[in-house]
Amino acid sequence: MNNLKKIKIQLNGKRYQIKKGCSLKELLRILKKNNNKVAIEMNGEIADKKKYNKIFLKKSDKIEIVQFIGGG
Amino acid sequence: MKDDFIIAKKKFISRLIVGTGKYKNFQQTADAIKASGTDMVTVAVRRVNITDKKEPTLMDYIDPKEITYLPNTAGCYNSHDALRTLRLAREMGGWKLVKLEVLGDKKTLYPNMIETIKSTEILVKEGFKVMVYCIDDPIMSKKLEDIGASAIMPLAAPIGSGLGIQNKINIKIIKKQSKVPVIVDAGVGEASDATIAMELGCDGVLINSAIAEAKNPLLMAEAMKFAVIAGRKSYLAGRMKKREFGNASSPKNNLI
Repeated sequence: MNNLKKIKIQLNGKRYQIKKGCSLKELLRILKKNNNKVAIEMNGEIADKKKYNKIFLKKSDKIEIVQFIGGG
Repeated sequence: MKDDFIIAKKKFISRLIVGTGKYKNFQQTADAIKASGTDMVTVAVRRVNITDKKEPTLMDYIDPKEITYLPNTAGCYNSHDALRTLRLAREMGGWKLVKLEVLGDKKTLYPNMIETIKSTEILVKEGFKVMVYCIDDPIMSKKLEDIGASAIMPLAAPIGSGLGIQNKINIKIIKKQSKVPVIVDAGVGEASDATIAMELGCDGVLINSAIAEAKNPLLMAEAMKFAVIAGRKSYLAGRMKKREFGNASSPKNNLI
């Protein structure tokens, strides 16, 4: 029953299951990632940081969450 | 003597820009950055680790409020990927000053100048301040400046090669013709290479591998700091004229 309320998305190239209606803000909270240290791309479009709490995940969404790492 | 280092209207203390890749860990990265005296570091944009929720991040060790983060497109081989990377970087924290690097060949890591020029034009239109990694060619450098690059960053030698400056004449020509800062990027292997770049008149040097791959990265970071300062002062001081033969330093008069 509980499974029905979950959707499958693609997160950073991997299949990921998450509850239906989850916002980007909630997703970051689940992943324990700091809002100020990441950027999110949703289906090829950059998501506006100010709207993370208003953007909700749908089935098959392609999400990329990136951060800064060491580089030359 | 007033000698400000300004890129896109922003003043920097150090003329040495340091890359944050290849270090043993974040602590060593932070220590090397401190030893180098730099106030600008290049950083890459990559996926977060979704399985390790406690993984430390670069920002835990280097505070972007103290040290300017220069997002880089390292690893991008076309304009599309480079633009995507820098737009994400801007979303992360409002970064407008960026380093564009579009590679053209996996072996030499030479830049693809066609894609680089295309990307620069778009980024400038979108309000980015673009520091551009490029080939050591005066024609390409001029083109980049004409389309609005904030800094020209010709390579000294292939990225990570440590071969030092291969084409001093071209670097000198590029510096002479440019109104925006010229920063030698890639190929520096040891401190003397950095000094030579500065003595050629360059405004700065960007170094990563030479520090991170040194046996003692912290000591090399410090060496690079002084090498850049020495080179800059030497350039500003104006070197003596070269002579074909010897010229005694002591007076000939009143010899005993």
